[in-house]
Amino acid sequence: MDARDDIYEYSLDTHHSEEEGKKMRKKFMMVLGLLSVVTIVEVAMGMMWSRDESMAMFLKVSFIGLTLFKAGYIVMIFMHLGDEKKSFQWTILAPYFILIGYLIAICLNEALYGGTIRPAIENYFGF
Amino acid sequence: MSGHVSQTAASSHSDHSASPWGGGTSPYKVSYGKMMMWFFLISDAFTFSGLLTAYGFMRHKYEDIWPTAGDVFTHFPFYDGHIELAYVAFMTFVLIASSVTMVLAVEAGHRMKKKSVQFWMVLTIVGGAIFVGSQAWEWYHFIHGTEHGAYLLEDGVTVMRHKIDPQTHVLDEGVFLVPVNREGSLTEFSGFREVSGHEATVMKSTATHIHGANLSHNEYGVPLFADFFFFITGFHGFHVFSGVIINFIIFLMVVEGKFEKTGHYEMVEKSGLYWHFVDLVWVFVFTFFYLL
Repeated sequence: MDARDDIYEYSLDTHHSEEEGKKMRKKFMMVLGLLSVVTIVEVAMGMMWSRDESMAMFLKVSFIGLTLFKAGYIVMIFMHLGDEKKSFQWTILAPYFILIGYLIAICLNEALYGGTIRPAIENYFGF
Repeated sequence: MSGHVSQTAASSHSDHSASPWGGGTSPYKVSYGKMMMWFFLISDAFTFSGLLTAYGFMRHKYEDIWPTAGDVFTHFPFYDGHIELAYVAFMTFVLIASSVTMVLAVEAGHRMKKKSVQFWMVLTIVGGAIFVGSQAWEWYHFIHGTEHGAYLLEDGVTVMRHKIDPQTHVLDEGVFLVPVNREGSLTEFSGFREVSGHEATVMKSTATHIHGANLSHNEYGVPLFADFFFFITGFHGFHVFSGVIINFIIFLMVVEGKFEKTGHYEMVEKSGLYWHFVDLVWVFVFTFFYLL
């Protein structure tokens, strides 16, 4: 079997040396710092501008952006998905993004038009 | 018989073994258990995405009357005043930190350092327990609500506290803010109007004074907000709780020296995946429930 450089060996019996471990620990600590800073920034933004109507859209977009940023680090670094094979990354992420993209698209579409759905729910929940 | 023949035929072709999909090897280079944990997490991610999308849908529909989380979750332990979202931010930090201690346990497992795996797993379990406890504390405050509460009108409309100046307590002096056109359910919501004097007295006499939130009423606004809050944070909290239990079981196995015998700490890695997933979900709950 030819040696393949696209296969990253990460399976049942993976062990690594002290030196590699030191590098990895440093990376984890940096990610911890990064995620904490992002969370603090999010809360600070919420405190400063939550009452400001003109900032609403900016806040929403940046909160969702920062969340996806954090999620990316958790999945790729903490869950080691970034170290898995490309084919495995696609197997995990592609079905998720296709189905959730579909779900969100439908819900946004349904939520955006006027009073046809709302009255039915209103009667039920009191508003 | 035929199976045996085709097997021999396949192995005699040398070009089959050159492809990772030719059989006989694991094409993803991932063990069965780890891959199944990933598939479980994907299905679980669908569940949470469904819940959060439903939440987003309703929130968007009721934008104008939806409670602001910053007004609801203002408590902080050992402090009488109100700080918006500070405690939730603290909880988020605890969970992220416990995610880091978990990944450090996994890393130590790769170096076969039993003592170190134990140490980081204990910290992870403690972090998880603090988070579950904090969530219980937050539920307690949400269920008990505020001192002055809110009025639930006869037809099920909650006169929301946060739409009223909390400094002057207008509510107690007999002035209500009620949604315009609340009788005509076919019309769109068009803001609040002030009700005072005799009309307010009549309204008050038939209204119920409520404190806090449960599945049928919510002091802070639409009951739907409370329903989603209890369901989503409850479902997530249950995940954290089971994560703590699973981590504890794995921790006992580490202490027993089970993984020294098998030669690898992959079990720690698998429970680690689950634990990181719990953290991942919280990042989204934090944003969509508390920040947006």
